[in-house]
Amino acid sequence: MKRAYKLQNLGCANCAAKIENDIAQLAGVNSVRVNFMTEKLILDADQEEFVSILDQAQTIANKYEPDLLIIK
Amino acid sequence: MNIIKNLNKSEKILLTRIFVSAFVFVVLLPLYYGKSVDRSNNWTIFNLDGKNYLFLIIYLIIYFIIGYDILRTAIRNIFGGTILDENFLMTIATIGAFLIGEYPEGIAVMLFYQVGEFFQRQAVNKSRKSIADLMDITPEYANIMLDGELTQADPYEVSVGDEIIVLPGERVPLDGTVLTGSSAIDTSALTGESLPRDILPGDQVISGCINLSGKLTLKVEKEYDDSTVAKILELVENASDQKAESEVFATTFARYYTPIVVLAALVIAIFPPFLFNQAFSSWLKQSLIFLVVSCPCALVVSIPLTFFGGIGGASKAGILVKGSNYLEYLAKTKKIIFDKTGTLTKGNFAVSQICPCSSSEVSEEVLLEIAAYSEYYSNHPIASGIIAAYGKQIDSDLIENVEEISGHGILAKVDGSTVLSGNTKLMQKFKIKFPSNNESGTIIHVALNNKYIGYIVIEDQLKTDTRRAIKDLHQIGISEISMFTGDQDVTANKISGQLGLDNYQAELLPADKVEHLEKALTEKNNTNELVAYVGDGINDAPVLARADIGIAMGGMGSDAAIEAADVVIMNDQPSKIAEAILIGRKTFRIVKQNIIFALGVKFAILILAVLGIANMWLAVFGDVGVTIIAVFNAMRALNPGLPLKHT
Repeated sequence: MKRAYKLQNLGCANCAAKIENDIAQLAGVNSVRVNFMTEKLILDADQEEFVSILDQAQTIANKYEPDLLIIK
Repeated sequence: MNIIKNLNKSEKILLTRIFVSAFVFVVLLPLYYGKSVDRSNNWTIFNLDGKNYLFLIIYLIIYFIIGYDILRTAIRNIFGGTILDENFLMTIATIGAFLIGEYPEGIAVMLFYQVGEFFQRQAVNKSRKSIADLMDITPEYANIMLDGELTQADPYEVSVGDEIIVLPGERVPLDGTVLTGSSAIDTSALTGESLPRDILPGDQVISGCINLSGKLTLKVEKEYDDSTVAKILELVENASDQKAESEVFATTFARYYTPIVVLAALVIAIFPPFLFNQAFSSWLKQSLIFLVVSCPCALVVSIPLTFFGGIGGASKAGILVKGSNYLEYLAKTKKIIFDKTGTLTKGNFAVSQICPCSSSEVSEEVLLEIAAYSEYYSNHPIASGIIAAYGKQIDSDLIENVEEISGHGILAKVDGSTVLSGNTKLMQKFKIKFPSNNESGTIIHVALNNKYIGYIVIEDQLKTDTRRAIKDLHQIGISEISMFTGDQDVTANKISGQLGLDNYQAELLPADKVEHLEKALTEKNNTNELVAYVGDGINDAPVLARADIGIAMGGMGSDAAIEAADVVIMNDQPSKIAEAILIGRKTFRIVKQNIIFALGVKFAILILAVLGIANMWLAVFGDVGVTIIAVFNAMRALNPGLPLKHT
């Protein structure tokens, strides 16, 4: 399943790269892109685990950017 | 003061903090460096006299005003398990400066870091916005007739077959066919073409265009999600999801650069003082300089920004680039292969001669009629040309068993007789004897019940800007321009000569085109010299896909073209290809400049720091200063640049 989410408060391009890198390491993630310019998260992950992966992605995002919000 | 008005609340607070602390900082400087303080050489926070405590307290207050959010984030991140982020590095660097008694430097680093972040954020927002404006072709509503009244509806809710009304000045919300009304429409948002197009009943109109003069009633052909405007928006938005090689390089580089520089900072803070018994504070200062320049932000921000700007700038010019990587490929293109029909030529074939063969006793009209009937079901441009020349109503009940033999022609039963119409290969395939001739143009031989009855000559015209396109490409240094065509050698030779092409391959079947392309791909001697294929996207899909970079003539929203290619030329003009390559080169050039500039400055500062020449001020420039310059440079990519000069 592939979906795109709008990101709020993505201010640092380096963080975007780190967040992308960390989410890609999660089990069940096929591909992920954190686009700094369009402020979007494009996540392609297994259907069954999608919700939990998205939660983990939010946690990872806040590790680097405390105010970042994935708008669901 | 518009800039300040557009800021949000937290940005305004930050700006106030910057002004307050900068003011106090500047006022304190002469006092601090004046005679009032004794600053002997080995002077640190651990041996202060009373006066210095006063300064320390004032400076600490400024420090918290300007840097409390950085400190807070740094502490929170440490507990969150993230170290080595910017906030942490800035905190360490500034606290370090305080520890060695360099209060002003500590404040300066924080102050300039905040100023830099502020400007960087503004610059990024501005370019995000200018790209969004560029893409602002979304139609907001569609006019529909409801109970005899004109009502505005959401374009999403209009279905195929509905009638919509587009008033002058409005944007066409959905793709459709004109039922009534005539007008001129501005397609510039989609094609980059500034000349309006005249529209009459029966014409197709694509969404995103602006109706300039007359009221139009359209029959909707596609739902909003399938309409041209939605497709283009999606394409451009997603284009920056495909990373270019240099972008991958920047993120990979960033992953290693920061830890290495921080490690180096630790090493120079610890080893020289212990090993060589040197002053701890001076080496600590040098290691702090390392920390300040250890953020790779200049690269990580500016490279995607540049590609994004390039994609935005290209789409403004009517060139859709489907990924950042393709801009890079365009920049490296050295050889271009063109398809002929529909790409170099208009593709609207017109019948120029009808030559019944003398032995068959068929009149010109009958020959044309037989050909038109046999070609009736084909959507090949040649067929349209013949049918248009025939001009009379075709009774489709008389046509049976139509078989289109790819690259040869058509076999059909018309009114009970077997008709073959196609090129020489078709005649040879069915062993039909025909007189040879040397006509240029496309020759359609026709056989009735396995007997040759004559041929029709069809000629295609070059697009108006084809000559210029080829000249431009040669001028910008494309080393080889070729043409692949299914057409016969005589025609190919004539066109190739007219245009000054480097070479051509004629009489190719679609499969042959792939084979010849493969050959061209293996022949190239350098992986940095790429081969582009330009086609009309309908029957060229396999070749477009196989080439290093496939460029399609968009046919104003042809799905097949947009699907198969990497780059789509919206207005079908071959002269846009040189422009696309120039945009690619400009984008790539800016990326290279930024990489060299950012890394150059950072490494220079690192070296100067080791030599003990660099100071904190320089280091701050090496961090935020470089980033801001790189961002401004990146924003140049939004402007496609001047068109080529023609002499």
